[in-house]
Amino acid sequence: MKKKRGVKKGHIAAFFVIVAAFAALIASNVLDHAEEISLGLDLQGGFEVLYEVHPIDEGQQMDRELLTDTVAALNARINVLGVSEPNVTIEGDDRVRVQLAGVTDQQAARELLATEARLSFRDVDDNLMLDGSDLVEGGARQSFHPDTNQPIVTVTLEDANLMGDVSQEIMQNPDNRMAIWLDYDEEDTFYEEIQKEDSKIVSAPTVRSVLRTTDIMIEGNFTVESAQQLAGVLNAGALPVELEELSANAVGASLGERAMDQAIYAGFIGIGLIFAYMIFYYRFMGLVALVTLSIYIYLVLVVFNWMNAVLTLPGIAALILGVGMAVDANIITFERIKDELRSGKSTMSAFRAGSRRSLSTILDANITTILAAAVLFYFGTSAVQGFAVMLIVSILTSFLTAVFGSRLLLGLWVNSRVLNQKPRMFGVKEREISEL
Amino acid sequence: MNFEHENTKIDFVKHRKKFFIFSGILLMTGVILLVTLGLNLGIDFRSGTTVEVLADETVTAEEIAGEFQELGLEPDDITLAGGANDIARAAFIGALGQQETLEVQAHFEELYGNTPNVSTVTPIVGEELARNAIISVLIAAVGIIIYVTIRFEFLYGISAIIALFHDALFILTVFAIVQMEVNIPFIAAVLTIIGYSINDTIVTFDRIRENMSYEKRIKTFDDLARVVNKSLVQTLARSINTVLTVVFAAAALFIFGGEAIRTFSFALVVGLVAGTYSSLFIAAQLWMVLKWKQLQRKKKQRTAEPTEA
Repeated sequence: MKKKRGVKKGHIAAFFVIVAAFAALIASNVLDHAEEISLGLDLQGGFEVLYEVHPIDEGQQMDRELLTDTVAALNARINVLGVSEPNVTIEGDDRVRVQLAGVTDQQAARELLATEARLSFRDVDDNLMLDGSDLVEGGARQSFHPDTNQPIVTVTLEDANLMGDVSQEIMQNPDNRMAIWLDYDEEDTFYEEIQKEDSKIVSAPTVRSVLRTTDIMIEGNFTVESAQQLAGVLNAGALPVELEELSANAVGASLGERAMDQAIYAGFIGIGLIFAYMIFYYRFMGLVALVTLSIYIYLVLVVFNWMNAVLTLPGIAALILGVGMAVDANIITFERIKDELRSGKSTMSAFRAGSRRSLSTILDANITTILAAAVLFYFGTSAVQGFAVMLIVSILTSFLTAVFGSRLLLGLWVNSRVLNQKPRMFGVKEREISEL
Repeated sequence: MNFEHENTKIDFVKHRKKFFIFSGILLMTGVILLVTLGLNLGIDFRSGTTVEVLADETVTAEEIAGEFQELGLEPDDITLAGGANDIARAAFIGALGQQETLEVQAHFEELYGNTPNVSTVTPIVGEELARNAIISVLIAAVGIIIYVTIRFEFLYGISAIIALFHDALFILTVFAIVQMEVNIPFIAAVLTIIGYSINDTIVTFDRIRENMSYEKRIKTFDDLARVVNKSLVQTLARSINTVLTVVFAAAALFIFGGEAIRTFSFALVVGLVAGTYSSLFIAAQLWMVLKWKQLQRKKKQRTAEPTEA
């Protein structure tokens, strides 16, 4: 029998220092990172609409620029609503998806988003008198009517003479009302629309004298809030396009929370079972796997937070599945080491040969899966994309932790010589070992 | 579980025809079922509205139907869910209007204190997602074949892709049989299984490649069968341990993960079983049959050449 060489205590100390350092790092900020990750609609509740974009004018080209303008205009509008983390994305050639997490008043949000905010001033025969291009940009505001103290919206014209001419013209009509329209369409007529309960005509004041002024007061059935929103939308600018609602999805927040709690609870159980099995089956190596898997979960959370990605239910599922992939990399390596031990190699050379031989297997398996995930990300839409992102992040991180992390940590123990002649620590029985 | 390589003699190859026939019949049935019965398509693939009500107490379908009747609405289907049957899902074929949606939300919020989920979808979105996913998988399959051809050899790539489609079709077949509702996360699950299946098959093939390089000359069919058997036995512990750990995670999601991901996790569990089965009994055997044909063709060419000259 070989003489047992001295144990290198420094290696074991290094192992505990590394583990302690990571434990301290994880304990100190894992909760901060977990809390900073923005949650998808399915987890925190909110409101999602998918719009199809149609150009307003016949001659308008449907192109990328028009879509980008639409997104910019929608973002400006959402600011009026005061949503903290809106998500407006272009999908395909003519779609825009708007996700508003945590929005409580869905009706207001829907109306605010879809209105084109094209303000126009017309006579009762629907002839155009003034439109948005005659207004000072950003000149709309909410104020109160000087006489009635009702909330109103005032807009500013670029030239006082404009209003003078218009009011003079309208005064001469037998029906001397001036209709203030929002989103007038070719087929709309004044007398039909004014009857409607939810009319596109915001107000129709009677013009009795020539008004040479730049300020126009729009009275309507406003509350302070709705007047503020209309002013905000007018300032944010008209949408360059017409939006058709393809689908709308409202998620109640309490259901989201519940789904989240359940998924996390299930995740803990699943990961706990994996840990228990790994230690039971691979003994000492399982313990190392437990350390690297914990680091893996922590790193995925940190990377996800850095990327500002949105975590959804399929994302959580991909994260938990990623744990499975990380475990797989460990298992492939550990099985190889066990093979080498069984063939009669010493602990140190079994560790070296096992690590080396398992690398190409893990590499090929991971690259093919990443290839599939990358294609999904490139061609998929929202839900599939979120899943693919999480899968790619998981695989890359698992490769780092399971291959390099496990190798480093296990290597410290193996090279300390403490484990020499102790195949049972690796889950290998003495009688399985064949003589060289 | 312990697999002592020297003492374990399992013949994975001998019964290959039975496995091919079993899978063939199963998948054929699957295709017939998919064409005739079809999948139970959820609201993601149909035009309509689902209202998910979270009640603060146990409810019955009749109670919920009664509440909708007060609003003048008649759901096409009501299902109960949740640990204490405190979630009710009412499906309407055909979309609810904005006014109706608001009424429903206000009504149930007043009743239970929770705003119900209202999802309105036109099927275009779901259909397009599914079509997108299928196209993506086809593109990914080509990519995988190219990668595997470069790293391994063309026959490995073809066998791996056949195993991949086997697993995907297997899940669809099971869902056609149990008629569980198919939603968008289901697509994510099928995609996961495709990734897993590839991962699993490649690990086995990697071992076959390694063992093939140790062989000096493959002369008989038995030589080839021996290599494949040896490789499968050597990777058996890894295959079983990996699938067990992933099944732990998927089963935990299925049992404790809640309604929202039940379809997803069920599809995962089914797919993992299919993936392991195909890696152990289909993929390597398929490669072996193809490889043997290739070897024989080469042999014929070699014996034919001298007579020509």
